[in-house]
Amino acid sequence: MSLNKQHEIHNRRFGRNLGLGLTLGAFMAIIFGLTMVKVSRGDYEPSRTPTATEVTQ
Amino acid sequence: MSDASINSPEFQGQAFESEAQFGDYFALLKPRVMTLVVFTAAVGLLAAPVAVHPFVAFCAILFIAVGGGASGALNMWWDADIDAVMKRTARRPIPAGKVTGDEALALGLALSGFSVVFLGLASNWFAAGLLAFTIFFYVVVYTMWLKRWTPQNIVIGGAAGAFPPMIGWAAATGGISVESVLMFCLTFMWTPPHFWALALFIRKDYDHAGVPMLTVTHGRRVTRNHILVYTLLLAALAVAMAFTTAGGPFYLAVAVVLNAMFVKGAWDIWRRDEEMCEADNFRVEKKFFKLSLLYLFAHFGAILVEAVMSRLGMGLGLGGWI
Repeated sequence: MSLNKQHEIHNRRFGRNLGLGLTLGAFMAIIFGLTMVKVSRGDYEPSRTPTATEVTQ
Repeated sequence: MSDASINSPEFQGQAFESEAQFGDYFALLKPRVMTLVVFTAAVGLLAAPVAVHPFVAFCAILFIAVGGGASGALNMWWDADIDAVMKRTARRPIPAGKVTGDEALALGLALSGFSVVFLGLASNWFAAGLLAFTIFFYVVVYTMWLKRWTPQNIVIGGAAGAFPPMIGWAAATGGISVESVLMFCLTFMWTPPHFWALALFIRKDYDHAGVPMLTVTHGRRVTRNHILVYTLLLAALAVAMAFTTAGGPFYLAVAVVLNAMFVKGAWDIWRRDEEMCEADNFRVEKKFFKLSLLYLFAHFGAILVEAVMSRLGMGLGLGGWI
């Protein structure tokens, strides 16, 4: 059977898929932005232990 | 259903109105409640004495809102039977037949886990734990346990709605303080008069659903007494907030005016009987309910103004007394 006819259900599903796509896109952008902020302010820098000279000073 | 079956003669002309759209899933998250969650969480976060990176603050508020929405979806999943018989809730996605209960459960659980984990990653795990507790409290303690069991359901359930400013504060500071507890108490004490006023003028809904609202179990006179008592306690608490570091002269002015109006409204409700209500179609109760919406937004708005003024170095400060 050919699927040439645009049924209302296709419009409804397109809206749902578009909404989900935009949500996932926004989620990616948020995670990217959050990573950039955290990395740039040094949240993931390993804590540095003071050297022997620094301790004696 | 396949595309081929859609084109078959038996489906021609059907409207497929029961096919869920994106908006139906969004409606499961109770967007109107979410606006309150977003606003109060934002105020809690911005009023905190610790500066937060704007993007981290945005993410924290978003994840708190998603957590609130997730608990809304789980609430709709559990309460689908009573939602169907109440006029106010009959058009929600599950009773309307647009979304199945299983879908709501899956969405609620997935978003609960997602929001807690990402709030932890974005801010701190204390705030994430508080959000997880809030979801648990709203879904299990309020929705599953207390709502259908005790007429004090609104009082205890109101705690779930009161947590967002505390979570916002925790997202900024990593802990709790007098200010965040008072912000919690403000919403907690506000919830009973707000909902009991609503229950007074949409009484038949709760009767039909068999939800033990105070109006149904103890009568309308007792409900009016309760509204007055809670409003008086709320007024004392709301004014006390002015003397913390989150308050100030602007907040005090707003609190004094609004609490005077709110106490007057509660007093008017207390003085009325059923005949008077029937005569004017619950005019005073409806007015009090509308005022209660303004009341909460204005109080948190005033806390926000105080926080902004303080950041700009314009805060006069009555703060620190409490």
